[in-house]
Amino acid sequence: MSEIPEINELDALQTRALEELKMVSDEAALQAWRVAHLGRNAPLMQVFSRLGQLPKELRPQVGQRANQVKQALEAALEERAAALRAEALHRALESERLDVTLPGRRPEQGRLHPTTRTLRRIVRIFAEMGFQVYRSREVESDAYNFELLNMPAHHPARDLWDTFYTTIPGVLLRTHTSPGQIHVMRERAPEPVRVILPGMCYRYEQISARSEIQFNQVEVLAVGRNITFSDLKGTLNTFARRLFGEQARTRLRPSYFPFTEPSAEMDVECFVCGGKGCTVCKGSGWLEILGCGMVHPTVLQNGGYDPQVFSGFAAGMGLERITMLLHRIEDIRYFWANDVRFLNQF
Amino acid sequence: MKVPLSWLKDFVEIDLSLPELAYRLTMAGLEVEEIRLVGLPMPEGAHEFKIEGLSWDPDKIVVAQIEEVMPHPNADRLVLCRLNDGRETLTVLTGAPNLFPYKGQGPLPRPLKVAYAREGARIYDGHQPGFVLTTLKRAKIRGIESFSMVCSEKELGISEEHEGIIILDEEAPVGMPLVDYMGDAVLEIAILPNMIRNASILGVARELAALTGKPLRQPPLPPFERGASIEGRAAIQITDPELNPRFVLGLIEGVTPRPSPYWVQRRLRLAGMRPINSVVDATNYVMLMLGEPLHAFDYDVLTARAGGKPPTIITRTAREGERLTTLDGVERVLEPYMILVTDTAGPLSLAGIMGGLESEVTENTHNVLLEGATWNPVNVRRTASALRLSSEAAYRFVRGVHPALAPEAVRVCLAYMAAWSGGRVAEGLVDAYPKPQVDPEVTLSEAEVQRWLGISLRAEEVADLLRRLEFTCRVEGETVVARVPPHRLDIGEGVIGKADLIEEIARLYGYDRLPETLPADPLPWQRNQPLLEAEEALRDVLAGLGLQEVVTYRLTSPEREARWLAPAEGEYLPPDYVRLANPIAPERSVMRRSLLAAVLEVAERNARLTERLAFFEIGPIFLPLAGQDLPEEPLRLALVLSGMRHLPAWDRAEPPLADFFDLKGILEGMAEALHVPQWRIEPASHPGLHPGKCAALYSGERELGYLGELHPLVKARYDFGPVPVLVAELDATALLSLVPERFEVQGVPVYPPVIEDIAVVVDEAVPAAQVEAVIRQAGGKLLTRVRLFDVFRGEQIGVGKKSLAYNLTYQAPDHTLTDAEAAQIRQKIIRRLEQTLGARLRG
Repeated sequence: MSEIPEINELDALQTRALEELKMVSDEAALQAWRVAHLGRNAPLMQVFSRLGQLPKELRPQVGQRANQVKQALEAALEERAAALRAEALHRALESERLDVTLPGRRPEQGRLHPTTRTLRRIVRIFAEMGFQVYRSREVESDAYNFELLNMPAHHPARDLWDTFYTTIPGVLLRTHTSPGQIHVMRERAPEPVRVILPGMCYRYEQISARSEIQFNQVEVLAVGRNITFSDLKGTLNTFARRLFGEQARTRLRPSYFPFTEPSAEMDVECFVCGGKGCTVCKGSGWLEILGCGMVHPTVLQNGGYDPQVFSGFAAGMGLERITMLLHRIEDIRYFWANDVRFLNQF
Repeated sequence: MKVPLSWLKDFVEIDLSLPELAYRLTMAGLEVEEIRLVGLPMPEGAHEFKIEGLSWDPDKIVVAQIEEVMPHPNADRLVLCRLNDGRETLTVLTGAPNLFPYKGQGPLPRPLKVAYAREGARIYDGHQPGFVLTTLKRAKIRGIESFSMVCSEKELGISEEHEGIIILDEEAPVGMPLVDYMGDAVLEIAILPNMIRNASILGVARELAALTGKPLRQPPLPPFERGASIEGRAAIQITDPELNPRFVLGLIEGVTPRPSPYWVQRRLRLAGMRPINSVVDATNYVMLMLGEPLHAFDYDVLTARAGGKPPTIITRTAREGERLTTLDGVERVLEPYMILVTDTAGPLSLAGIMGGLESEVTENTHNVLLEGATWNPVNVRRTASALRLSSEAAYRFVRGVHPALAPEAVRVCLAYMAAWSGGRVAEGLVDAYPKPQVDPEVTLSEAEVQRWLGISLRAEEVADLLRRLEFTCRVEGETVVARVPPHRLDIGEGVIGKADLIEEIARLYGYDRLPETLPADPLPWQRNQPLLEAEEALRDVLAGLGLQEVVTYRLTSPEREARWLAPAEGEYLPPDYVRLANPIAPERSVMRRSLLAAVLEVAERNARLTERLAFFEIGPIFLPLAGQDLPEEPLRLALVLSGMRHLPAWDRAEPPLADFFDLKGILEGMAEALHVPQWRIEPASHPGLHPGKCAALYSGERELGYLGELHPLVKARYDFGPVPVLVAELDATALLSLVPERFEVQGVPVYPPVIEDIAVVVDEAVPAAQVEAVIRQAGGKLLTRVRLFDVFRGEQIGVGKKSLAYNLTYQAPDHTLTDAEAAQIRQKIIRRLEQTLGARLRG
């Protein structure tokens, strides 16, 4: 206890105020407390106003003590206020808590057809090697679809394609995009050619999980004075690695197409089983992905290029087949059925 | 083609494992699709071929002999055999009908050699359909214990044959493991159309010899008896050498057709042919072996037809109305272009395709005239496809058989016939060869090999590769001159011949050994492709606007399209279509004229699968052009929107239905994103659309297509339910051509805008677009944004009126607008609205 009563009063004031502050639990009470203890009429403030009436020698001591009490109360007030704000925020946040496991609200999203997606990937890969898209008509003449591609009438190789004919003689639905080879060569000879020819083709078949009457083919064609079979191999291997992955192994097997010579079939090591053999590759470990070869001299000639001077390579693949391999699609009929349950997965 | 390994080994030594063999052949263009084991053990280690079939356990499946066949005490249909398997003599039970003739004869003077499976052997169950593996177990059948069996072909996986047991040839050594005596494997090889020369055992062997460097060998002919010369006993007349370049005849007399030796039957079955009798089998055997189809005539039938005189074979095209009953018992009506084998009495056979029934060899044939000929591939192909006939012979002739094969094949076949059927082979052949084949000579330089393949080979190396395939080569400096061997027709002349040789060189060199390079040739000029780029941009824009891209059938039917194309009322004449001559089905018989019709079908099919339908397609339609063979193929864009505006979610169970303005908003967004110049959407009409909910998209004065809600009468033709269906169809070719390659943007304003709302009341008939146009016009450059935010109808504003509320933004590029300036613009707008539209400001 001090010998100065005012100091004792100030001590008591502080103790009481801090005791009361402990009871304060909301903003309103806090304000009331501030008015009661730090407001103009608060006992503490009265001490300040009475300072002048005190004996001169006591004034500094009491004044100093009063200031200490005031600072202590203000600090306590601030601390309490901060705690209350934190509590209030905490309560608010708690009350706003969501069940975040409820489903999200999706914007209405459109998607591209799977064949568009695959085609864009293929086109992009070849574009980087200088191949530009060239399109040509789907209803074709027999001449462009067969004859100019080294398949005169009654050529047995015509049996390789089951053809839809129209009621107009000599007019058919193209069985491959190869007629575009003749179109583009005739347009550009003797300039070099490097094009990719995508488009819908048609075959007279029974529709089943494995075969369709219309299908997209993607062909590539390079013609120049110095195009070799090794270039074909390098270009197609680059393509296969970029589409199927850096580690994709490929192989070229001799094959036959009337419009190429030499001809080959390209297989890529089955990426489903890693070449061990599975149902996708029918146990062989290899997936056939495209046919290719050096453009046949007759075809070059028909395109307006002298085969003694020019050479070229061509390759063709089925867009749906590639898409089926990439996504393990089991049924080719999904593509034109356009069932949203299929399309939504892309 | 099915190639039994044992037969192949007659022609070339093979020291490769089965997978190695298959790999070498496959990489040379003879793709081995499957290997079927018929006794041989499963190869060890990893490989990449499909290998199936049955391996015969050498301890459990052996050659045995039946020494006596005895009746079963309790069963008529079973017999008991006293059998010696090389270790012991035991009794075996069987029901094989081909043993019944020996029943009860006591000890057989010539014991029967059989394939005997001991207890525990793994074989196929002969009584189950298909090939099901089973293990032989001890069992009691009708009181007699049985623990082993004599096998049928089916039980050993040789063929489907299960009528009786195999009776082996007499020289089979008793006790020898069966796999050592006749274990085999069959390679199923896909023959490429230009490799028909390999559609024979010899052909595959020749290829294999070239690949492995082993010599090709000719198996020795069996000994046979010779008879009198054929001279004067048959003649040949070829009327058209183009159609029939060569015809060879041989004669054998005194044959007795009977079952061929077991090894012959087994080989034929493994190769996929059915044994008939020793005469017919010889023709098939030699065809499979050498690749030349042969035909056997009953010589006595021919003589009878010639009135007892020696027959003359005449090859000629059919006469009008001529008929022939072929071997399969079908009477064929012949067309005048079809080449036939005839005699003086009429047609004998369809040349190169199928023999006639009358002159066929039968069980009673004694004398055989054997044909080996060459036919024009195009003619055979035409005839075979016209008559829908296929045969092993036609398969080969259509792809080209070298005429040099004919005499050789006839000689070999006669030798086998004599060996298997008895009889004497007449000395000599009758050989008409009016159009000898000239085997081309092709020159190829080192530079050409480099130019085509990208590898440098010396001329001598090139010649060596070609010689392995029996080309006759000479090297002249850096050039090889190669003569095509007389068994192949696939090598052309001149530059085509060069390309053909290049393929042979690449094949033998190995595609896998060729280097990988990227073209060093100069890149062509890269072209601008604005239309293609705009088309892909359009796809992205529409997907971004929430539409799913679809790709539909271009093949449809007029009836399918009429659902959309036929007007809502009135008669409908289907338009002109590109029609198929050979559709697979009536509903896919024409090329579409409407893209929207196809996308509507997609929407209809999905209507029950999802609450929100939003589809687009960009694709061609096909419009026949008068006086032209080929149609026009313009691109269209079709959109269909229906159902809920959003997919329902847990907090919005019933979202509003999409209506006209959802579709319009999509088209606006599209036009804006593509920067279509001066685009606008104006009221329009279309017979298939709701008359009050139809508009057209324009760019300047050019109409690009229409949009709207399906007319209720049109919608009723579909299964959509009670929701509006919004559709649009645009001329995509036109739209894409309008997309600018460049567009400019406005700077972002620095000075603050003045924003205010006004509401004007106008007559119901005044289109909102007109009100907005007036506002914009009156507002001038300082009016930078006009946004309609409310449309209100109600008593307060009067009947036949509507209130349109706009949010207006005024903004100057160079200073902050004063209130006075803003008020001035506002007054001008209001005045103009009042004057031109009779509008009044709503208080």
